[in-house]
Amino acid sequence: MADLSVNMCGIDSPNPFWLASAPPTNTGDQIARAFDAGWGGAVWKTLGEPIENVYSRYSSIDVNGQKIVGLNNIELITDRSLEMNLIEIEEVKRRYPDHAVVVSLMVESNADAWDEIIKQVEQAGADGIELNFGCPHGMSERGMGAAVGQVPDYTCDITGWAKASATVPVLVKLTPNITDIRMAARAAKNGGADGVSLINTINSITGVDLDNFVPRPVVGDKSSHGGYCGPAVKPIALNMVASIAADPFTEGLPISGIGGIATWQDVAEYILLGSTTIQVCTAVMHYGYRIVEDMAEGLSNYLDSKGMASVNELRGLSVAKVTDWQDLDINYVVKADIDQDKCIHCGLCYVACQDGAHQAIGAERSEDDKTNVWIIEDACVGCNLCSLVCPVQGCITMEEREFGQTHMTWNEYTSDASPGDLYPRPKHGVTIGGD
Amino acid sequence: MSTKLGFAPLPTMTADEALSEAHRCLMCWDAPCTRACPTSIDVPGFIKRIAHDDLVGSARTILDANILGASCARVCPTEVLCAGACVLNELHERPIDIGRLQAFATDDVVFGDLGLFRSVESTGRSVGIVGAGPAGLACGAELARMGHDVVMYDANEKPGGLNTYGVANYKMDQQTAIREVSFVESLGVEIRSGTAVGADVSLDDLFKNHDAVFLGVGLGAVPALGLDGEDLNGVEDALEFIAALRSASVDLTGQHVAVIGGGNTAIDSVTQAALLGADRVYLVYRRGRDEMKAYPHDIERALTNGVDFIHWSAPKRIEGDGSVSALVCDRTEYGSDGKLQTTEGSEYAIPVSMVLRATGQEKRRSFLEQIDGVAVDASGRVTVDDQFRTGNDRIWAGGDCVNGGKEVVNAVAHGKAAAIDIDRVLQSSPRGK
Ligand SMILES: Cc1cc2nc3c(=O)[nH]c(=O)nc-3n(C[C@H](O)[C@H](O)[C@H](O)COP(=O)(O)OP(=O)(O)OC[C@H]3O[C@@H](n4cnc5c(N)ncnc54)[C@H](O)[C@@H]3O)c2cc1C
Ligand SMILES: Cc1cc2nc3c(=O)[nH]c(=O)nc-3n(C[C@H](O)[C@H](O)[C@H](O)COP(=O)(O)O)c2cc1C
Repeated sequence: MADLSVNMCGIDSPNPFWLASAPPTNTGDQIARAFDAGWGGAVWKTLGEPIENVYSRYSSIDVNGQKIVGLNNIELITDRSLEMNLIEIEEVKRRYPDHAVVVSLMVESNADAWDEIIKQVEQAGADGIELNFGCPHGMSERGMGAAVGQVPDYTCDITGWAKASATVPVLVKLTPNITDIRMAARAAKNGGADGVSLINTINSITGVDLDNFVPRPVVGDKSSHGGYCGPAVKPIALNMVASIAADPFTEGLPISGIGGIATWQDVAEYILLGSTTIQVCTAVMHYGYRIVEDMAEGLSNYLDSKGMASVNELRGLSVAKVTDWQDLDINYVVKADIDQDKCIHCGLCYVACQDGAHQAIGAERSEDDKTNVWIIEDACVGCNLCSLVCPVQGCITMEEREFGQTHMTWNEYTSDASPGDLYPRPKHGVTIGGD
Repeated sequence: MSTKLGFAPLPTMTADEALSEAHRCLMCWDAPCTRACPTSIDVPGFIKRIAHDDLVGSARTILDANILGASCARVCPTEVLCAGACVLNELHERPIDIGRLQAFATDDVVFGDLGLFRSVESTGRSVGIVGAGPAGLACGAELARMGHDVVMYDANEKPGGLNTYGVANYKMDQQTAIREVSFVESLGVEIRSGTAVGADVSLDDLFKNHDAVFLGVGLGAVPALGLDGEDLNGVEDALEFIAALRSASVDLTGQHVAVIGGGNTAIDSVTQAALLGADRVYLVYRRGRDEMKAYPHDIERALTNGVDFIHWSAPKRIEGDGSVSALVCDRTEYGSDGKLQTTEGSEYAIPVSMVLRATGQEKRRSFLEQIDGVAVDASGRVTVDDQFRTGNDRIWAGGDCVNGGKEVVNAVAHGKAAAIDIDRVLQSSPRGK
């Protein structure tokens, strides 16, 4: 059984599983139940000057019957009084001294306001502070949240104020609604941040009510853009986490990875790309706290299978495996291979390749009237599409092919001293009308 | 007589059920389900429209291919057609429930007042259709949608053919069959029920009044077996037994029922008898299980309803005093010449109170032979070409009377194909025949 405990920029946590600052961390009672269920830490729902929310706040994207592939919300920060929250923070810390309680904060942009609230939450026992520079709706219009996170200088300055007041570690939560996340991370680091959390939600409109033409979520006769999260955002978040982990300027800056996490595999991927802890919101809003059970079990079994005694051994192992395109081996060759015994004759690979890729699959009705498919090896560019659409596990695999080609990057190939030949790529369309 | 029907067709799907089922469809290329459908319904196409909340588009996709999509959804042996061809079977998963999805998609259009098809301007040409069963209805609907005047004649009191009088209640009730006929009427088809061509309307008048004629007369009754005792009370044509159940249920409690035959009519009869409370139900068949024409899924259903299958038995006579008391059979076997023969001295009696004949419907040879140019083959089926033309250039035929008795969906395919050819001929021939 691998050791799952971690230390996130000075904050000890029994495991890397934290709840993100959001409805699942709204109250002390909820956080206590989450800790009982197995969560190692929680980032308290963002505190500040309490707000009022609108009725109707969430909307979602379902894909082919899968509910909430993406979730959108127009909720603001906490609507509960600071006093009540402080009492509950104290109580949670008293009952769960070994769990990580980080408190998310957002106040107006002046140093005194930050100083005052930081003192109060530290007094209540917070193990760390997370600066919410990410909320993309409602708060940004008031000069807070993403309005800060989108301007590196503001991020740096306010982080500096917080660091000047805080004695506990300070995390900066980044907004993904920017062009290059590394600039925001660098600014946080320049301001003295002990770590970064990312991502907050992405600006979104999930759809429109086709009866009354109001986008969702419908608030009377209007809607507003919201913040997008859930499984759909994971690839975007992973890329941002990886690019911060790989950026020489922020190398080693602890990362709490967030976005679309629901399973132990998601957790492992975030950790492999450089995260120390991870945070979850949507998956808990969908299924409740118990999802942490198989996250913990699965991650632990996985670490055991890799012979790793601690989750810390996993961290960052994939960071160096993300490289620029120019540094890929352009002589690495794979071809699709169909296991005919597993094929169910649905023809999906054929039509995908025919219409959507490189016309490298043949199809024909067999004598017993089934759709038979085969790879046209010479035309196959190894793009993976057929293996992605195939509904049968392990039926279409991509097989590496050795033709004696030399390892060669684009940069090497285009240099004066090119080390070898480019393994030929099938070119399409040249035979139209005969040649 | 009890009012309990004892069984009812499966309820139609809820929207949630339909949605989750629709999402299971892989949307195969050159889809095997479509290929397996005699009317070539674009199955993935209509299913995706359900998934995308376009029920009108879904219904149109189905009904354009098969105007009786609502009854086919219920009575088709999907297990051996579309659903049987579903690739999910090969994944050892439950195939898509295509039949019930099709009912979900079509019901609002066919049984509701969602007018999907607009009437077109009349061509002024008239087609007479003999028989308002599935073949005739499909032909008539198609022609009406092309603007031809269509008059359908049916000898029965109610239109619909075997959809109305023959299919098992647990697949589709009579009301549903008749409502679907009304839908066809709403497309502009006139139906004259209780009007037998050859008796109530002469063949001469038929050809005088119409530019073209389609024969969809189906098959006839199950002929007598020629056994001693066949006139006893309690001996009946299985089709009459089934037809009676279409409008009123009976209570068979206490009855011991023997059904003779091994095809679809026999299997439906035993299952219905069992569902209606008969104490004992026997299916008596000359040969083995593998040689039965009935479908495996129907045999399965009969078995789970407690029907006893008596194989290798040939009825010899029926005994009783006024009413049936026993069906006497000989055992059968294949002789050294490969022919089925009865085994000497093997006679035995099955004590029963009802005997139903389900040994195959008779062809309408005598009616058909009166029509100039219409030829029937040795087994009594109307001879047609690929366009369903008979030897008379104004007469087309399709359905059971052509294929000798298959499914509703085959009859629909015939009727539609014939309609397309009739239209082509009418469009290219001068008016006023
Ligand atoms: C008991 C039974 C159960 C069946 N169950 C199923 C099932 O579950 N699923 C399935 O797909 N198929 C089933 N079938 C088969 C299916 O019913 C037929 O294949 C289909 O009905 C054939 O259609 P049709 O229009 O050719 O003939 P029919 O449905 O037989 O219609 C012929 C019509 O022509 C009329 N007619 C005949 N002569 C004249 C005349 N001279 N003048 C006027 N009208 C005339 C008759 O009254 C009748 O209404 C079943 C058949 C039987 C017998
Ligand atoms: C309804 C809702 C409210 C949220 N409120 C906050 C908040 O108050 N402060 C904050 O930092 N992030 C907030 N978030 C963002 C989440 O903490 C998290 O960054 C985001 O949802 C991505 O994670 P996920 O994909 O696991 O949901 C909120 C998200 C949702 C869905």
